[in-house]
Amino acid sequence: MPLYHNEDQAMLAETAAQFMGEEGAIGKQLRHWRDRECKDGFGHALWKQMAEMGFTGLLVPEADGGLGMGHVEAGIVLEEIGRNLTPSPFLTSSVMAASALAHASDEARGRWLPGLVSGDSVFAVAIDEGAKHRPERIATRAERSGNGFRLTGKKDFVVHGASADMIVVAARTAGADSDEDGVTLFAVPRDAAGLGHNSVRLVDSSMASQLTLDGVELDGDAVIGEVDGGRAVLDKVLDAGRVGAAAEGVGVARGAMDMTVDYLKQRKQFGKLIGEFQSLQHRAAHLYSEVEIARAATIKAQQLLDGGSEHASLMASVAKAKVGKAAGLSVKEGVQMHGGIGMTDEYDIGLYMKRDRALAEFMGDVYYHADRVARLSGY
Amino acid sequence: MADLDAFRSETRAWLEANCPPEMREPVQSEEDVYWGGRRATFKSDAQKAWFEACRDKGYTVPSWPKEYGGAGLSPAEAKVLREEMARISARPPLSSFGIWMLGPALLHFGTEGQKKHFLNQIARGEIRWCQGYSEPGSGSDLVSLQTFGDDQGDHWVVNGQKIWTSYADKADWIFCLVRTDKANKYQGITFMLFDMESAGVSTKPILLISGNSPFCETFFDDVKVPKSYGEGIPAQVGEVNRGWDVAKYLLGHEREMISGADGGARTSAIGAAMKRASGELDPLLRAELAMFDVDALAYAAMGEKFLDEIKVGKAHPAQPNMMKYAGTELNKRRHEMFMAAGGSTALEWDSEETRGGARAREWLRTKANSIEGGTSEVMLNVVAKRILDLPGA
Ligand SMILES: Cc1cc2nc3c(=O)[nH]c(=O)nc-3n(C[C@H](O)[C@H](O)[C@H](O)COP(=O)(O)OP(=O)(O)OC[C@H]3O[C@@H](n4cnc5c(N)ncnc54)[C@H](O)[C@@H]3O)c2cc1C
Ligand SMILES: Cc1cc2nc3c(=O)[nH]c(=O)nc-3n(C[C@H](O)[C@H](O)[C@H](O)COP(=O)(O)OP(=O)(O)OC[C@H]3O[C@@H](n4cnc5c(N)ncnc54)[C@H](O)[C@@H]3O)c2cc1C
Repeated sequence: MPLYHNEDQAMLAETAAQFMGEEGAIGKQLRHWRDRECKDGFGHALWKQMAEMGFTGLLVPEADGGLGMGHVEAGIVLEEIGRNLTPSPFLTSSVMAASALAHASDEARGRWLPGLVSGDSVFAVAIDEGAKHRPERIATRAERSGNGFRLTGKKDFVVHGASADMIVVAARTAGADSDEDGVTLFAVPRDAAGLGHNSVRLVDSSMASQLTLDGVELDGDAVIGEVDGGRAVLDKVLDAGRVGAAAEGVGVARGAMDMTVDYLKQRKQFGKLIGEFQSLQHRAAHLYSEVEIARAATIKAQQLLDGGSEHASLMASVAKAKVGKAAGLSVKEGVQMHGGIGMTDEYDIGLYMKRDRALAEFMGDVYYHADRVARLSGY
Repeated sequence: MADLDAFRSETRAWLEANCPPEMREPVQSEEDVYWGGRRATFKSDAQKAWFEACRDKGYTVPSWPKEYGGAGLSPAEAKVLREEMARISARPPLSSFGIWMLGPALLHFGTEGQKKHFLNQIARGEIRWCQGYSEPGSGSDLVSLQTFGDDQGDHWVVNGQKIWTSYADKADWIFCLVRTDKANKYQGITFMLFDMESAGVSTKPILLISGNSPFCETFFDDVKVPKSYGEGIPAQVGEVNRGWDVAKYLLGHEREMISGADGGARTSAIGAAMKRASGELDPLLRAELAMFDVDALAYAAMGEKFLDEIKVGKAHPAQPNMMKYAGTELNKRRHEMFMAAGGSTALEWDSEETRGGARAREWLRTKANSIEGGTSEVMLNVVAKRILDLPGA
């Protein structure tokens, strides 16, 4: 399979670029909701519009009412989300929760997927239990109780947690905190008794929850996948999240880069366009190279994931780490090359910097993923 | 798809039958590389058998048309062959400037007669070529070159000096940039082909910091270059005085080649091998190796994407410059990591255990990667100007 978009994918990219460029534009969404201190951090109307576009159910199988497409297609939408800094629950709902629900019972799929596809529901995923992403360690406990489970523990960095109708929670049904086995995934509805939210606004104006699970009682059918065998599903959710966050990061990187390169062609100092200064040209060209490479790695990871390759998980970490580096470079160079106005709230380049910082942490940062690449490679 | 699957299994079977086990071992030294040419010798029977099998199948240049010595593979088939060769770590059967540089230029600009004649020679490894571009006063600013060809009707008389001519002392023929109009900077250069055995051509090897001497000063002293090598086979590629277009086109392919985009050793991860070799890695070295491996594996994907796109005309025409920049900077870093992981053993210069200081010599050699074929700074200039469209670049 060639490593570029086929005709259908190129068409989807055009559609997504146009839709996000108009409906998802920074002024219309990010600034709008931020300036109103919106409790969700995104607009539900846009989420419904994304459903009408068919985006919400991209990864949901056709039998479940979705489009049955793959991570390449989801990545196309995410890249445009990134480029426009569009706040939406797409990554947590349509990519991560959808990947989890693919392994759920008919009943659970019937309960949750229609709302996902229609854009009436929002989903979140609760994995982290501290300030840093450490999915190898799951301490939240799920004990058998009646014919169901009782969940106790704390979760961190649950993006869109407070807006979610259902949260996919990774908990431990057996073994010690760092054991590979003994993990189980649960679909926790928003109104579950004992579920507490502390909703916090992050640097990029997105909303994330610190969850407390204080003896949350769930039926047995809340289990997604196998009891004690949830690690396999969790790994799929993580890979989907890594590759998805990478794709969004590519969009952030490209958006910031394009803005900056445009600025170099407009701003004059010393009687010249600043884009004529070779020191800036070389940095811009280096940035272009890094961003192109990060994008190639991301598309490769998407293709491997869609093809079910055994190398997909390694490449997912390569992509997340590489995008972390490239997008970080893009926003930093972006602010610097804008000079003083790059520091102003009025200019969008700073918004890219903030979004990049949040995305860099989401599903593991550069250091986590570079370390994971080393571990998977055997050192 | 079904056709491609069939092609894959055929290819796999063919490689199994024809690629000797020795030819699946990593290249250890220059002798392991077969360059072809009049004076070529094989290092081993395996090297000979592998070369001949590929030559007869058209696999020295798989995507060239059959009438020019290739196998006429489609881009998708060529990719399958590349993947299958990489899967068993098969060595390239034949390496040559003819394949990487002159061939593509001839395919694009050559006459039918030139293609039939020269491309078949290249594909069959009969003639080894060298590249006469750089001059003492014209490196990055190549277009300022001074070597002059005086028009004498049915031939030119060429005088001047080239420098950094890789393998000039081993090559049979040269593709050479020669000024044929002093009044016209860009449209006064002719892309000439001639025999290095012509009277008046002499070479003087230059010693590199690696202690090897793979390149030369090349002198032309009243060298008579005939304008034609037979019916439909002119000595120049493209038109007289329009050699700059050919030169630039060729540089695109040269940069593609130096970038290592086609995978293999230059794009693979190295951390695990360093750990096996050293037993224990310092934590910070391990961290740097991990960061390197991220970049290397990401670059491998970029190489794949670039080659896929270039085959169907989707790549930006200046993209080889970006690839050359990224690929060579990465390769230099790779060898810095090798040296760091190797410690004092990697410093040995002529011991037998280090195969004559191979690691140190190769480390030094890679420093040229970001100079030869156009420097990193020049690559960045081109990307800034042609891809990012920055002003005044
Ligand atoms: C927080 C803050 C506080 C400030 N406080 C004050 C203050 O109290 N009083 C005051 O007078 N000013 C103040 N400034 C302004 C500050 O001095 C300018 O922002 C600074 O001199 C850069 O000018 P500029 O913003 O116009 O950027 P520009 O000059 O437009 O630069 C844009 C980009 O082009 C690059 N560039 C420009 N020329 C060249 C060149 N020749 N070669 C290579 N690159 C070049 C710059 O490095 C930069 O990356 C403040 C700025 C900030 C951000
Ligand atoms: C191992 C090796 C093999 C080679 N093989 C061949 C061969 O087979 N045939 C052949 O013809 N040539 C060959 N070359 C020559 C090679 O192409 C030149 O070395 C190269 O083009 C640079 O030219 P230069 O050495 O004159 O450096 P210069 O052009 O003098 O450059 C010196 C420094 O200035 C920088 N610089 C120059 N111009 C600019 C600019 N506009 N902006 C910013 N920085 C600039 C360069 O990047 C470099 O860092 C080979 C070189 C090496 C090292």
